[in-house]
Amino acid sequence: MTAAPVAPPTAGVRAQRRLNAALLYVALVPLALLFLAPLWIMLVFSTQPETAIFSPNPPLWFGGAFAENFRGLQADTNFLRTLLNSTMIASIYTVLSMLLTSMGGYAFAKFEFPGKGPLFGLILATLTIPAFVTIIPQFILVARDLQIGNTYWAVILPTLANTIGIFYMRQAFQTVPTDLLNAARIDGANEWRIFWQIALPIVRPALAALAILLFLASWNDYLWPLIVLTQKDSYTMPVALGTLVGLTRVSWGGIMVGTAIATIPFLALFLALQRHFVAGIAGGAVKD
Amino acid sequence: MTTTARSTTSPPVATPPRRKRPPLAPYLFILPYLLIFATFWAWPIVSSFLMSFKDSRLGAAAPYGLSNWSRLVQDEFFRTALRNTLVILVIQVPLMLSLATVLAVALNSKLLKAAGLFRFAFFAPLVVGTVAYSAVFRLLFNTDFGIVNRALTGLGLPAVDWLNQSGPAMSVLILAMTWRWTGYNAIILLAGLQGISEDVYEAAAIDGATPAQQFWKITLPLLRPTLLFCLVLSVIGTLQLFTEPALITNSGPGNSTMTLGTYLYQQGFRSFNFGYASAIAYTVAAIAAIFSVLQLRLFGREQ
Repeated sequence: MTAAPVAPPTAGVRAQRRLNAALLYVALVPLALLFLAPLWIMLVFSTQPETAIFSPNPPLWFGGAFAENFRGLQADTNFLRTLLNSTMIASIYTVLSMLLTSMGGYAFAKFEFPGKGPLFGLILATLTIPAFVTIIPQFILVARDLQIGNTYWAVILPTLANTIGIFYMRQAFQTVPTDLLNAARIDGANEWRIFWQIALPIVRPALAALAILLFLASWNDYLWPLIVLTQKDSYTMPVALGTLVGLTRVSWGGIMVGTAIATIPFLALFLALQRHFVAGIAGGAVKD
Repeated sequence: MTTTARSTTSPPVATPPRRKRPPLAPYLFILPYLLIFATFWAWPIVSSFLMSFKDSRLGAAAPYGLSNWSRLVQDEFFRTALRNTLVILVIQVPLMLSLATVLAVALNSKLLKAAGLFRFAFFAPLVVGTVAYSAVFRLLFNTDFGIVNRALTGLGLPAVDWLNQSGPAMSVLILAMTWRWTGYNAIILLAGLQGISEDVYEAAAIDGATPAQQFWKITLPLLRPTLLFCLVLSVIGTLQLFTEPALITNSGPGNSTMTLGTYLYQQGFRSFNFGYASAIAYTVAAIAAIFSVLQLRLFGREQ
């Protein structure tokens, strides 16, 4: 009586499947190792003295020179100060940009109002305009008109209105039932309260993913901080590392410590939150 | 910072027959975003265009004219930067997107056990900053003590003077960018793949389609919008390439890896020639626009 079950795979089919799986591993394992190799070498070299890095047989396992390399890096760049700058800038940027993009995304997702279409179209259109186009007027604005060069705000303000972010939050808020918001309206809650206490908590997973992406983007940004920060003590971590890489006599042990410190927290976070990370990048990137 | 704007004490007003009020709330919600957007995005886009018609070396009172643009068409450094950028674009983007597509399909395969481990391996580079990986690649490809040359000579192959010859320097840039960005594109493509219904493949399998046929006839066509998205973003990203040539090859040897990005930086922020740099910036924008339209025409049918 029941529908015929799918025929169990024959021996031939199973053998074929095993062969395919084997081929998959033969291709993927070396490629995966190749992708991990630069990270491995970065971690290993951060713990090795310069003599070992430059030796004919470079080490592939950890050594004991991390502290020594770090001291060199700190002496060259005031690295702790640049870490503080990077942390402050990335944190302030992340919080403010999340607030701005979620407020805007909420309005585009949950309100009908005159001008909505053209406004959204305008923001959409700038997505395909390379950021390069704005870099010189932004510099003039920040350095000359606003006189905030070398401050955290010089780095933060121009990138705050994140275009991808507003799309991402708009999509997230579209999943919030309008009936729920209307129910709150009938209960007399004002619009800000509805947004802050009802809609925002519902999209918390999307917010978490966006927060990671915004923080990472700000933390790793190089060109813009390089342009607006001209004093050593206001440098962010990538700018400080960049000045070292450009030198003729390069202290590689120190640079590897810097790159490792900049990378390890995110590798750990990535391992722990892989799913959110992947969902965040995919959700932020793919438009409906 | 975020709590200061909280105001939750407006009296509840009951307005049973819903009357049309001018909707103020949505505008207030968008206002902060729009203020920043207008100041630091929309206006600079216009301002940059105007600036490209002014010789900024002559000061604020300089007349509008075409001097920057006429200089641009004769500038051989600009031509070198443009050519280098396009060479990287034409080789790197297809290489990366093919690899990302194959990886996404492999990572999506049910035959693969321990997919999490593989995902970590391929996606890990995307948390590494451009400065950090530029430094690592510069070290790896160092002629005298780089690990790549050590491996080559270990295998009995000749060492390559990677960063001091134009061709090899270019390939190091392409390899570095491929290492950094393949995983990012693979994630987006993986999300696209997971949006394709299982039923389509089951129906195809029943009709006797081989895995290869399924890939070419089902996966690729259905993945096209996602691929198009990756393509457009990658092209725009590559046109603005700056960190890698600045830090791995220092635009050299000679100017053989100078890109539009490093040339713009040099003109704008080393020579402070804002007008000329704006003309370069708008050239990048124009090329990006042309590519976007072309890509939509060629690959965006049905969308």
